[in-house]
Amino acid sequence: MSAMFKNRRTRDNVLQAVFVGSLVLLVLAMVLTARTNLSAQGLTSGFGFLERTTGWRISFSLIDYSTSSTYARAIIVGLLNSLFLGALSLPLATVIGIAIGVMRTSGNGMAELLGTIYVEIFRNVPLILQLFFWYALLLALPSPRNAEPILASIALTGRGIYIPGLNVSGGSVLAAVLMLLAGVGLSLWAGKNRWSRAQRAQVRREKRILWAATGLLFVAALWLGRIPDTPLLTLPEPRGLNFDGGIRISPELFACVIAISVYGGAYIAEIIRSGFNAVPRGMREAGEALGLSGLQIFTRIRLPLAIRIVMPTMINQYVWLFKATTIGIAISFTDFFMVISTSINQSGQTLELIGILMGGFLAINYTLVWVLNRVNDAIALRGTQLRM
Amino acid sequence: MSVPSPAEISRQPFPKLLKDRYFATRIDTIVTVTFGLLTLWLLWSFFEWAVLHAYVDPEDRDACVQSEGACWAVITARWRIVLFGLYPFEEQWRSALACLAIVLTTILSCLPSFWTALRLSLLWIVGFAAFYILMRGGILGLAPVSERDWGGLALTLFIFAAVVLIGMPLSIVFALLRRSNLPWISRTMGLVIDTIRSLPLLTIMFAFAVVIPFATPDWMNGQQLYRVIVGYAIFFACYQAEIIRGGIQSLPAGQEEAAKALGLGYWQRVGYIILPQAFRNALPPTINQVVITFKETSLVTIIGFFDILASGRAASGTGEWSFATIEVYVFVAFIFFVFVFSLSRYGAYLERRLGVGTR
Repeated sequence: MSAMFKNRRTRDNVLQAVFVGSLVLLVLAMVLTARTNLSAQGLTSGFGFLERTTGWRISFSLIDYSTSSTYARAIIVGLLNSLFLGALSLPLATVIGIAIGVMRTSGNGMAELLGTIYVEIFRNVPLILQLFFWYALLLALPSPRNAEPILASIALTGRGIYIPGLNVSGGSVLAAVLMLLAGVGLSLWAGKNRWSRAQRAQVRREKRILWAATGLLFVAALWLGRIPDTPLLTLPEPRGLNFDGGIRISPELFACVIAISVYGGAYIAEIIRSGFNAVPRGMREAGEALGLSGLQIFTRIRLPLAIRIVMPTMINQYVWLFKATTIGIAISFTDFFMVISTSINQSGQTLELIGILMGGFLAINYTLVWVLNRVNDAIALRGTQLRM
Repeated sequence: MSVPSPAEISRQPFPKLLKDRYFATRIDTIVTVTFGLLTLWLLWSFFEWAVLHAYVDPEDRDACVQSEGACWAVITARWRIVLFGLYPFEEQWRSALACLAIVLTTILSCLPSFWTALRLSLLWIVGFAAFYILMRGGILGLAPVSERDWGGLALTLFIFAAVVLIGMPLSIVFALLRRSNLPWISRTMGLVIDTIRSLPLLTIMFAFAVVIPFATPDWMNGQQLYRVIVGYAIFFACYQAEIIRGGIQSLPAGQEEAAKALGLGYWQRVGYIILPQAFRNALPPTINQVVITFKETSLVTIIGFFDILASGRAASGTGEWSFATIEVYVFVAFIFFVFVFSLSRYGAYLERRLGVGTR
């Protein structure tokens, strides 16, 4: 026996087997204990509960949902809400981040000061505290009866923000957004595989056709999906104690979007700033030597280079920000996590629901990373002159 | 024109500096004036709200309700709840001392003379023990106070310190396992780390608070607070392990080879050659991670713990002060800001001092 352990390979194999084996055993033991504990409470394991009706309400949903919907549908509602929140907050955080990042590297003392104040305030206070703060601020807005719409179209009230909307079906909005995404994807693909080799005039023509087609399809999708016998555009109008028409954004959703994009913007601003600082000085000087204006140097040289430099860091940041959307539960925004935790409370199917939760987040994160990596590949510079 | 480097700027005479930095071109002038006015307006509105129209005396509660300004009276009336939560009133000096112990320990561990593994661990064990004895009581004539009654700043600091204290050694173990030469060990560890890293912290805390009791025998469960701390520590360790791994990978391969050539064993190589250098390389992201960990302790509010954020909400939760929620949030935010800002400034100072990142 002891001779066997003197053999290095045997020893290594035993060590690995023990390590992996004990981990697997730990997980198995936990699952088995949980199953005995749960079946002692009269719960049957398995995914059959997904077909049962929930009986509880969800305050915000993108698809039809009622108390007689199934658990599976509730989970999809939560998943869509999380994705929706992410789809609103991440681009907004990027816009804020680029604006503040540019301010902080502009060379203008006053712009840098303002940018620094922004970053230091919002980066050094916990996200959840900021969320509570914005939520309290939104709830303190006047009641719909006393609210005065801005430009007769936007009303800020304690019960939600009312904005003008289109009378179109949800499916057509989805189709329109998909058209837009397809257009962007196609242009990224073409930029990588086709336009880098083609003549400039041909590229310009093809770009025009692509964007015109995308725009047309976008408008057509919305037009075909409009709800009959209603005007296409609806404006919020005061009616009784509330507003009628338009789109109501709940304070919960709005607070989440503000909090995540303001907080994320501060982090992204720092990334963007490091990107701008990493663009070699020679690039800017070469632009000056060619007689480009300050704006041209910024839009044609510094910004494109900086974005390519920071892209890998940004991918991590986006994943991190998306995970941060789970804090919506603190103010009862019904996101994926909140639906799962309510389901655990109501149905007791703990293991299955935790499995769904983990699977959902792994799937979303890996998809996000995959898509962003494709974008990164598509915009990467070819050639050897500038490896960054 | 090109932007001068900071060193060049500070050498310039003041009027020229003013011109270059603020009024270089016409657009610069417009930007300076617009942003200057914006900054002034923001500062003035804040000053007006927080100082000019503010009330501090709790007697002025009714005036507060009418006033446009801040109502700091809620803080003067309720600061003990915000800072100490439900801790017994007569014993709150202990809670204050305990917080001081943790803060002192943190400040001391920022001094370079404490930067050996032995001194740092000793310092933290002593500091943490002092905190625990003060808070828990039961010996030295102190009345016992159960963890259930802990709250406010002390609870926030306790969770933070415990997470870092458990998580730091754990992260070294994780990083070494992940870097193991044995493929199955490194792959399994990689899978575990990646899975935990792709889950939000909140779901981990939730799982440890609510789900783990189902999955473990009763004697292993312990208090909910400690389960959440363990979950958070594992989460912290997974992130920190990747940071340490990055630090190890940035070492030249020759370091380990030279150590091998000298005949050092695995633990000697790791303990004397690899880890000290890896930690030095990984110092800036480590401090960043610690800062984030401190900020995110506030998530325990959602699980139902009475940390400083929850106790702040409780302070303005009752009818009497319910109109002053914003003031309490600003107060709590200020406390967080002081801690987080000083930690991150220290990190930036350290980064410059060590010359890491300027190579």
